Amino acid sequence: MPAAFPFSAIVAQDEMKLAILIAATDQSIGGVLVFGDRGTGKSTAIRALAALLPPMRVVEGCAYNCDPDAPDGALCAACRERRNNGGKLKVRKGQVPVVDLPLGATEDRVIGALDLESALTRGEKRFEPGLLARAHRGFLYIDEANLLEDHLVDALLDVAASGENVVEREGLSVRHPARFVLVGSGNPEEGELRPQLLDRFGLSVEVTTPQDLKTRMQVVRLRDEFERDPDAFIEKHKRKDSKIRRRILKAKAHLDQVEVPDEGLERASQLCMKLGTDGLRGELTLIRAARAFAALEGDESVADKHLMRVAPPALRHRLRRNVLDDAGSTTRVNRAVEELFGA
Amino acid sequence: MSTAAPLPGQIAPGQVPADAATVDAAAAAEWQAQQASQLAARWSDACLAAALFAADPVGTGGVNLRALPGPVRDIWLELLRELLPPEEPYRRVPLHIADGRLLGGLDLAATLHAGRPVAERGLLAEADGGVVLLAMAERVARNTAAHLGAALDNREVMVERDGITARTPARFGVVALDEGANDEEQVPDTLKDRFAVLLDLSDIPYSAALPADQDLDAIRGARARLPHVQLSDDMLEAICGTALALGVGSLRASLFAQRIACAAAALDGRDVVEMDDVSAAARLVLAPRATRIPVPDPPEDQQQPDEPPPEDNQDDDPDSQSPEQDIDKPLEDVVLEAAQAAIPDNLLAMLKMGTLRTRSRSGGKSGASQSGSLRGRPAGTRRGEPGAGARLAVIDTLRAAAPWQRLRRAERLRQGRSITQGGEVLVEVRQDDFRVTRYRQRSETTTIFVVDASGSAALHRLAEAKGAVELLLADCYVRRDRVAMLAFRGPGAELLLPPTRSLVRAKRSLAGLPGGGGTPLAAGIDAAVELADGVQRRGGTPVVVLLTDGRANVSRDGIGGRARATEDALASARAFRTAELKALVVDMSPRPRPDAEQLARAMGAVYLPLPHADAAALSGAVQAVA
Repeated sequence: MPAAFPFSAIVAQDEMKLAILIAATDQSIGGVLVFGDRGTGKSTAIRALAALLPPMRVVEGCAYNCDPDAPDGALCAACRERRNNGGKLKVRKGQVPVVDLPLGATEDRVIGALDLESALTRGEKRFEPGLLARAHRGFLYIDEANLLEDHLVDALLDVAASGENVVEREGLSVRHPARFVLVGSGNPEEGELRPQLLDRFGLSVEVTTPQDLKTRMQVVRLRDEFERDPDAFIEKHKRKDSKIRRRILKAKAHLDQVEVPDEGLERASQLCMKLGTDGLRGELTLIRAARAFAALEGDESVADKHLMRVAPPALRHRLRRNVLDDAGSTTRVNRAVEELFGA
Repeated sequence: MSTAAPLPGQIAPGQVPADAATVDAAAAAEWQAQQASQLAARWSDACLAAALFAADPVGTGGVNLRALPGPVRDIWLELLRELLPPEEPYRRVPLHIADGRLLGGLDLAATLHAGRPVAERGLLAEADGGVVLLAMAERVARNTAAHLGAALDNREVMVERDGITARTPARFGVVALDEGANDEEQVPDTLKDRFAVLLDLSDIPYSAALPADQDLDAIRGARARLPHVQLSDDMLEAICGTALALGVGSLRASLFAQRIACAAAALDGRDVVEMDDVSAAARLVLAPRATRIPVPDPPEDQQQPDEPPPEDNQDDDPDSQSPEQDIDKPLEDVVLEAAQAAIPDNLLAMLKMGTLRTRSRSGGKSGASQSGSLRGRPAGTRRGEPGAGARLAVIDTLRAAAPWQRLRRAERLRQGRSITQGGEVLVEVRQDDFRVTRYRQRSETTTIFVVDASGSAALHRLAEAKGAVELLLADCYVRRDRVAMLAFRGPGAELLLPPTRSLVRAKRSLAGLPGGGGTPLAAGIDAAVELADGVQRRGGTPVVVLLTDGRANVSRDGIGGRARATEDALASARAFRTAELKALVVDMSPRPRPDAEQLARAMGAVYLPLPHADAAALSGAVQAVA
């Protein structure tokens, strides 16, 4: 695989970078959607994530990257059986998977299907895990999420909601855990995203091209440097990248200790009510994102400054569309934040 | 569109524009000479583009070659072919290439032969290290465009299909043959954004297409030199500043301009990028992407587009305004001038009038154009014969055959036939096993709003139409609908919103909707028929909603006069009727009059008097008809 552009070398786009770090810190936040103009480094940032993530413990030889410390319910059938029969699960360190879902991938490859090779050569019925299995405990990246074919979207939504992939086809009956963070990117001018899918993403970020000469020059310079000699460039940014990695690790460890005071909860509810967001998911995401952000900052408890910073990405895609209000959703969130926090 | 300026290439030597004819012959000759030298400059730029692309196909991504098929395009392609080393792959991607062939997938013959899945390399992987020629790029399917874009970004092809997972390197440049005949037909922006050079040869006459003086050795030399070429900060600032001043948003464009500048320096045998290289890059890369005219130095009373002018880049050096200080001008201005000179005339005219709409196109218009049962969402497979358009579902066929293999082998052995070939066990697939893919596609509805934007009452009528468009769009995803909008006023009709599903785009195009002027009803109806015809050709179902009071006062050829205009409108309405389109005429006059009803009858449309319509009522009415 060609080397990815280092995360720390991405210029500007602070909100996008923060959203990605938050999702890496707390995977339960439910993914990031990056929507915006072409040529703003959406895909670059998400692909850079793979190199940034700290390794995790996985069961040796498990096709689904099972977590050796997980309760029985979150294990795949094979691992569960082995553990219940008194066997010990061998553990190895593995990379957190960041799996690309290419446009035009067939349904078989995504959810898994009959293993042709063993079917043809040995006449055996065996399940061949798909991309969803590979993405378990990691990230599933959909570029051009808004162009994804409907039947794939349906399958993804179902699995993302239940955390389990159930395959009932071709005489196979398989279920395996598939908990992953959805990361999507796309350009709104090429089509809207289905509301159901939109809601599935915890955070949504809007990116625009920087309009500042210095920033633009820096982007072109860095990109050119990278393309001339990727290895040297990555080496040069290694220290900064590992600093970010340590920050994620620390935040992950620290996450449970971050307190959410009652007034923080109240603030979040007030904000959501003011904006009229549908359902409780918005509130939950807002609190979680604020907590992850506080952990990343090394703070002990969630304060207004955290809520204010994460409110736009956590809420902007949950506003009910108002055709008569021309103001963008970002403006509406900011307006509400300003009114409430009096910033 | 009515803004087309006279194109330089279309004027034959004898034809001099009307105003020039009144001047003396010397002036006419001068004008012609000027045109000729402009053409020569454009052609030499086109040749330069070919050489620069050949010098760095991967770095520059590609060339969008907009030209109808013909000798000029052939000459350019021939030139490019000569400049590319013959040992490198040069692959042509046909329009309707299947994903499997493009990306790679399962090789059926080899799979059947070997009895296990055998991967086949896709065309993109085969083109690694060379150039891909994309035929009829303006009609490329959305999927194909996305795959090409991903391959250009990652420089590799990733396959996840038919039980095969593979990554193969695919470093190539693309030449997109864009045969779009009008503004509507464009190469998808996902692709264009990844090409460095946007070249338009459509109005270069054959006589101007002279042979160029580059050769393969020069290209080889440039390629060897390219990694060592340096670009100073000043030059980079000139590139980025020019991009900003021209309103070129995507950073890829700046990146490409930088690469083209480096390639130009390398081609010239230099290790340092100079002014000329940057100017060439600005002409080839930035100028065709301009979305606004930079602020002119001496403030003229020109109308500014709504974006804020990029003042901050220009007031660094306020002294540079006097002409004698030409040499001391900031680099950026020199580059800007070069770029501005290269902005195509018609684009310039549109920029000046502020009528340039965001030229973004949904990724490939032809997404739904391919015929019925072969397109759409795969809806499983069925037993059947491949051929006649039905595609063999390889995996399902093999799956169907798989369980029988032991039996069939035993049968074969009993018959005394061998079950192996070349040491490999054969898979026996019989006709019964064949499965073909079924597709299901719902034809999408495109609601075309044709709005009478004339006169004073237009303002609130427009507001209602805009509201209805947005309401329909708001839930169009669920119903697979698209919406388009035409307005007619003054001399003719104008397409405000090409068929779209994107609320973002719709809002943007509708924001600056003009109103006022006469009522060219005939022109409006004609435009609606044309647009509806286009929708039908792409496999959609058009529904036309005409909002008018039915009182035409501008005839088809743009002349005022109620009697002629009404006659023309009725003639257009009859033509509309023969097109057998589903239509709704909404009478927007304060008190319903017979005019609109008569028109509706002539059009074969449903008539709906709606003097106090609001957006919700309108969208309800439309949904009832459609």
